[in-house]
Amino acid sequence: MSEEVVIPGCFLGEGVTAGEGTFVEENRVYSMVYGLVKRDKKEVEVIPLSGKYRPKAGDLVIGKVIESTFSMWIMDINSPYEGLLRLSNYPKRIEKEDMQKEMRVGEMVITRIKEVEFPMRINLAMDDRKCAVIREGVVIEIAHTKIPRVIGKGGSMINLIKKKIGCNIFIGQNGRIWLSGSDEKIELAAETILKIERDAHANRLADRIDRFIKEKKKGKGKNAK
Amino acid sequence: MQNRPEKLINDGVRLDGRGPDEIRPIKIEAGVLNRADGSCYIEWGGNKVLAAVYGPREAHPRHLQDSRKAIIKYRYNMASFSVEDRKRPGPDRRSVEISKVSREALAPVLMLEYFPRSSIDIFVEILQADAGTRTTGITAASVALADAGIPMKNLVSAISVGKADGEVILDLIREEDNYGEADMPVAMITETGDITLLQMDGNLTGEEFIKALNFAKKGCESVYKLQRRSLIEKYEKSCSD
Repeated sequence: MSEEVVIPGCFLGEGVTAGEGTFVEENRVYSMVYGLVKRDKKEVEVIPLSGKYRPKAGDLVIGKVIESTFSMWIMDINSPYEGLLRLSNYPKRIEKEDMQKEMRVGEMVITRIKEVEFPMRINLAMDDRKCAVIREGVVIEIAHTKIPRVIGKGGSMINLIKKKIGCNIFIGQNGRIWLSGSDEKIELAAETILKIERDAHANRLADRIDRFIKEKKKGKGKNAK
Repeated sequence: MQNRPEKLINDGVRLDGRGPDEIRPIKIEAGVLNRADGSCYIEWGGNKVLAAVYGPREAHPRHLQDSRKAIIKYRYNMASFSVEDRKRPGPDRRSVEISKVSREALAPVLMLEYFPRSSIDIFVEILQADAGTRTTGITAASVALADAGIPMKNLVSAISVGKADGEVILDLIREEDNYGEADMPVAMITETGDITLLQMDGNLTGEEFIKALNFAKKGCESVYKLQRRSLIEKYEKSCSD
């Protein structure tokens, strides 16, 4: 799994479709960020190695309520921009006085990015099945660029963790991950995910993680005795 | 301060043994600070510079926000211990000017329209100075920006050229800067040849100027290679182990 690392301004090809992380100048495609090149049949794209989360309509994210005004909640979505959840985008009809009962400042919420208006005004909605206020478990934060590694190809990595540890995991596209289950399971899952973040580009990551979980479980068993 | 050496160039050999068009040894390392979004440490001859990039993040105060693009803040700061005579800490006329020209040297490569209303904050700390700190700072800041994952068209490389003992020279050291006839920092987008910063202290003839610019171009090419390598090395390090 040798990958092609590029820095901004690297020539990537001519006459190919410019995907994310690239720009076009005189029909030639160049990289726009420091990252890894991904080439499809026709398209070339650069997956960034670092950077801030740029909100995209349709993404499911985990937000943290930072303010509750008379008509909306303002949320920190781990991005340079705040997310706004207006009362009109809330699934239930509630009175303004009851807003504090629904979600309080400091609480974590699974929410969907409904639209991104000019200039980067982020409207949130609770119109997905998974949307909910988080009232149990733990939310951890990793670099959002490492989220695809945590999910793995076709969800292979996340399924491995879920199966081996038996913990409920929800992954927000903005780099926040919600874990719920027993305390030990949460701890092990959090350690595993942080390990994936650290070793994101190592060879045979799945095997490594499998081994890591096994070792950790064994260690725990000994301590209990 | 020591006195002026009798000769800055002896038979084409400079005080530190370099030829006129040779650069000092350079070591660049990307991603040295954990809390910054992007960072870079550079040792360039006697210069030691640390650059950190934060953001894009919410711009404060709010009236500085631009609804069409991100704003850049650049802070060049010399540590009080970076020079022989203690430098009085804090911004002064010189560092405010350098911050301004450095910010403008980097702006052409940054794709600011990707992050409207936000701010990209660049901090450059000069830990040890030996002439050419603004060019060293720009070189380091450019790597730190790429490390922070900020969309850019290319990297900016910078180097100084000048004249001492009547000869055009590349990458001046302190003695050549203090006692030489001219000092000209240049920053450019090496791959396209676009110049984004050019200042001059002293005098050069037209011919000397062209020669100096060619030296700078050659110097920037070497600097660019080292910048690229530092970023690729950072990735490779994250793969092994």
